[in-house]
Amino acid sequence: MPRNTKIFAVLSLAYVALLLAYVFVGLSWESWGFSFPRRIKIVSAIILVGTAIALSSVVFQTITTNHILTPSIMGLDSLYLFLQTIVVFALGSGHLVMISDVPGFLMTLLLMVGASTLLFLLMFRRDDQNIYFLVLVGFVFGTVFSGLADFMQVIIDPNEYSVLEGRMFATFNRINLDLLWIAAPIIVALLIMTVRDFRALDVLSLGRTHAINLGVNYRGLVLRSLISIAVMTSVATVLVGPITFLGILVVSLARALFKTYRHHILAFGAILVAVTVLLLGMLLTERILMFRTPLSVIINFVGGLYFLYLLLKAKNA
Amino acid sequence: MIEIRNITKSYGEKTVVEDVSIALPTGKITAFIGSNGAGKSTILSLVSRLIAANEGEVCIDGVSLAQWNTRELAKHLAILGQSTHFNLRITVEDLVRFGRFPHSQGKLDEADQEIIDEALSYTGLHDLKGRFIDELSGGQQQMAYIAMAIAQNTKYILLDEPLNNLDMRRSAQIMSLLRRLVHEKGKTVIVVIHDINFVSFYADFIVALKDGKLRHSGPVSEIIKPDVLKDIYDMDIVVEDYNGKPLCVYYE
Repeated sequence: MPRNTKIFAVLSLAYVALLLAYVFVGLSWESWGFSFPRRIKIVSAIILVGTAIALSSVVFQTITTNHILTPSIMGLDSLYLFLQTIVVFALGSGHLVMISDVPGFLMTLLLMVGASTLLFLLMFRRDDQNIYFLVLVGFVFGTVFSGLADFMQVIIDPNEYSVLEGRMFATFNRINLDLLWIAAPIIVALLIMTVRDFRALDVLSLGRTHAINLGVNYRGLVLRSLISIAVMTSVATVLVGPITFLGILVVSLARALFKTYRHHILAFGAILVAVTVLLLGMLLTERILMFRTPLSVIINFVGGLYFLYLLLKAKNA
Repeated sequence: MIEIRNITKSYGEKTVVEDVSIALPTGKITAFIGSNGAGKSTILSLVSRLIAANEGEVCIDGVSLAQWNTRELAKHLAILGQSTHFNLRITVEDLVRFGRFPHSQGKLDEADQEIIDEALSYTGLHDLKGRFIDELSGGQQQMAYIAMAIAQNTKYILLDEPLNNLDMRRSAQIMSLLRRLVHEKGKTVIVVIHDINFVSFYADFIVALKDGKLRHSGPVSEIIKPDVLKDIYDMDIVVEDYNGKPLCVYYE
């Protein structure tokens, strides 16, 4: 059996085991009616968010030909926090629930995707496109939004702030089932669209010059990928909160495990890793730490350590 | 045939290529020469659609670049840029496989594999095909990129300073490989080179640029002359005859 197939098999087994453990461990007849639907909902959200984060990070690293970037550098997380803050600032924390409603969800999604698409089209329309320039502009916008959000956060009522603070960490515990029904088809559609681009993305891993030389429509592919990255990142963020940092962790793990540039293996590997890591994290926060620590704190802690390790490794190489 | 018609490229106020028109001969090695910043690489990038011109047009086999489908053009024209580096761990054979992408869109059949094997043998890389690119020497890496261009099987092959940072032996190997490609496979090779002795020994046709403008063009015997070289490089170059080929001595 080829090495990568073996790793896939092991990962899939771990994934199924964790999934069953998460859904069934500690379930009794009395708690079935409450816990079972809740757990199924969370597991579905984990699969959707894990897919979106992993896929968008793999593609983002390919189009920037940089293995330590995630789409979070483009400032979509900051835009999300800014939107949340402005709702509390202008209308009060009572309206924060709104954002978890179907119309609120769609509004936030539309704003985030609209803003990023506008940025891409404005920055990437010239002939001599530079992807790094685009990323940097996104980074600057992200800083602006997070600065504005910080400013509003210090002048709002402290009680309001404490409600808002809960939104700054990613969590799977307040997911609205209706939102999943909207998010699922979006993610599936983007997944199918991106899989069709996988071979062209393989070529793009060689960089812009080689890609154009080999007949890839560079501008079209990059723009299409950027927009689908923006949609996937936005869907994940609006569903569970800022979590894009997870991307660097799972894609690097997938790269280390599968040692390939081929997107057919790497992307699906990263998706499996993402879902497994999220399930593990959920089991840890829910069953061992008893909800005392939010999931995103654990992810950022582990992800941060791993990122430092990557930087040190790159420095020594 | 590649025809360049009144092409101009500028970045902001700075014009790097100004109103250049020339038809490049088919089935020959054409060398672009000139000082740093003369616009040689820019013209290569313009011809290979890596950058777009401000004015003028490039016609390849009678069709303007704008009319070419980029995937179709990749079957006719290959470009090896100056910075070929990427941070990808990939074997020599995998790299050469990429050369078949324009023909197969990533789904390789036996015919493709034959072409890949032949490209590897042609460049003498067959024994190294399982090695990772980043483990090879600079010269072997350059050979691997050329093998990829051979696998791409295009009529035109453009190379931007392929001899950069290579030792004499490897440079001579690459130039004779390019000559074999022209003579045995009927390719048209267009190359940017700084060392004019490699140009005078291996090239057939020379295009000389200065400050973004076309200064001279013609067969080697017409360009490798003291007065012409003086005009291109602003330095005195002695041209000696060595077995019927002009040899330039420019050391002071």
